Amino acid sequence: MTEEKLEKPTIEDFSREITRMLGGETITYCYQCGTCASSCPVAKTTDRYNPRQIIRMALLGQRYEVLNGDSIWLCASCYNCQERCPQKVEIADVIYALRNMAIREGNIPALYAEFANGLMSEGRLAPISKFLEKKRSDYGLPPLKPTGVEALKKIFSATGFDKIFFKKGEQP
Amino acid sequence: MTSYALFLGCTIPARQPHYELSARKALTKLGIELVDLENMTCCAPPPLQSIDLETSLAIAAYNICLAEEADLNIVTLCTGCFESLAIANHLLKEKPELKAKVNKILANAGKEFKGNKEVRHFLQVLMNDVGVNRIKMDVVKPLDKLKVAAFSGCHLIRPSELLHFDDPERPRIFDTLIEALGAKSIPYKNKLRCCGGLLRGYADDVALAIARDKIINAHNAGADCISTLCPFCFLTLDLGQMLIKTTYKEEYNMPIIHYAELLSLSLGVDPKELALEFHKVKTDTVLEKIS
Repeated sequence: MTEEKLEKPTIEDFSREITRMLGGETITYCYQCGTCASSCPVAKTTDRYNPRQIIRMALLGQRYEVLNGDSIWLCASCYNCQERCPQKVEIADVIYALRNMAIREGNIPALYAEFANGLMSEGRLAPISKFLEKKRSDYGLPPLKPTGVEALKKIFSATGFDKIFFKKGEQP
Repeated sequence: MTSYALFLGCTIPARQPHYELSARKALTKLGIELVDLENMTCCAPPPLQSIDLETSLAIAAYNICLAEEADLNIVTLCTGCFESLAIANHLLKEKPELKAKVNKILANAGKEFKGNKEVRHFLQVLMNDVGVNRIKMDVVKPLDKLKVAAFSGCHLIRPSELLHFDDPERPRIFDTLIEALGAKSIPYKNKLRCCGGLLRGYADDVALAIARDKIINAHNAGADCISTLCPFCFLTLDLGQMLIKTTYKEEYNMPIIHYAELLSLSLGVDPKELALEFHKVKTDTVLEKIS
C-alpha cells in the first residue's frame, strides 16, 4: 500500500461522487452480471478494456486507478452494453461521467484537446480546406453558412468549459 | 412540399462531399426541401461529451433552438449528429429540471430551448414523409444485381430508449429501404456490431482490428459492398482498408457506399455528379452492376 492509496476517499465517497455527475446516476444498480462485457466489441478485441471491471473498481472506490488509467478511454460509445444491461445501468453514459471527472483532474488525451481547440476556434470539429471548398463549388454544392462560434464561446464560458479545459495559462 | 432544416455537422461538409451531394440530390428528387440555416455548429458528439456532458447538451440544444426559431424540424445525415441532437431533444423535453438548467446556460447566448421540434435522421424522412412505395415507383435503375451488407452504425439505433428509431436487436428499416431500390440486403455475421471508429486517434490498433472484422464478415457473406449512413463508419471502413493493406497485408477491395449514394444512383443521378472520387476503395465494381 502506498501512502497515496491510503489517502483515497472511502468507497462510498467515490460512488456518491459519480452518481452526482450527469451520466453517472445509475452506476450503483450494477450487480456484476457481465452482460456488458460480453456485448462489448472492444472487450472482445483487447484486454485493455472491460466495462464490468471498470464499474466494479469504481464501486470499490478505486478512484485513482479508474480516473488515471487507460481503460475509460477505450469505450467506443457503441451503447451495446447500455442497450442490454438488465439493471438499466447507463454504462456508456457512466463512462462519459468518468471521463468528465478524469478531464477535470487534468487527464486529457491529446485527441480530445485537439478536438476542443477546433470547436472553440471554428465552431466545428473539422475545418474546411481550400481544396474542399473548390471541390464543393465544382460539384455545385452551396457555399457553407457561417457557424455560430460566437454563441458557442458564450456557452463555454457559462458552463466553465473553457476553464475546465485550459488550465495553467493554456488559454488559446 | 415537406421542408427540413438540414443539419450537416462537421465531417460531411469537410470530408465527404459525395455524401452531401447524393443526399441533397436524392431528397430533392423525392420532394423534400432542405433549408440551410446560419449559425449551426458541431453537434457535440462523443468526444465532446467525454469532456463535459453538460456543455454538450447545451450545444446540441443551441442548434435545436435555431431550428425552432426557423419553425422547421431538423434532418441529419450523420448518425452521430442524429444521436447527439435527438438525445438532447428527448431528454430536455422529458426532464423539466434539466431543461431549466440548460436554458439558464443558453440565455447567455440569447437562446431558449422550447421543445416544439423534432430531430429526424434522413432514413426516417424517407420512411415516413416519402414512403417506400414512392421510392419504389421513382427507381429508374433498379439495383437488382447488388448484394448489400447494410451497416447502419451504432448511433442510429442505440440507445433505443432515447432514440426510438427501430428494434435495437432486429432493426428492419434500413434493410427495407435498401430492398426498395431492388437490391438484396444480405445477412452477415455481427451485422449490428460497432465499426470501432471512435477509437481512431486514441487506440488505432484496436479500432483497425474491429473494422477489419466488419470487412471480413461482409466479404465472407458475399457482399458486393457495405452500405453506410454515418461518415465515421464510412471513413473507418473505407480508409481503414488502406490501413488493413499496410498493417495486415490483406486486400479486400470492399466498396463502402453511403445509402444516399445507392439511392441517388437508383433514382437515375449520373455517377459523374456524385464525387465518387472521394472513395478510397473504388466503386467501379458496384457501378458495373447498376448500368
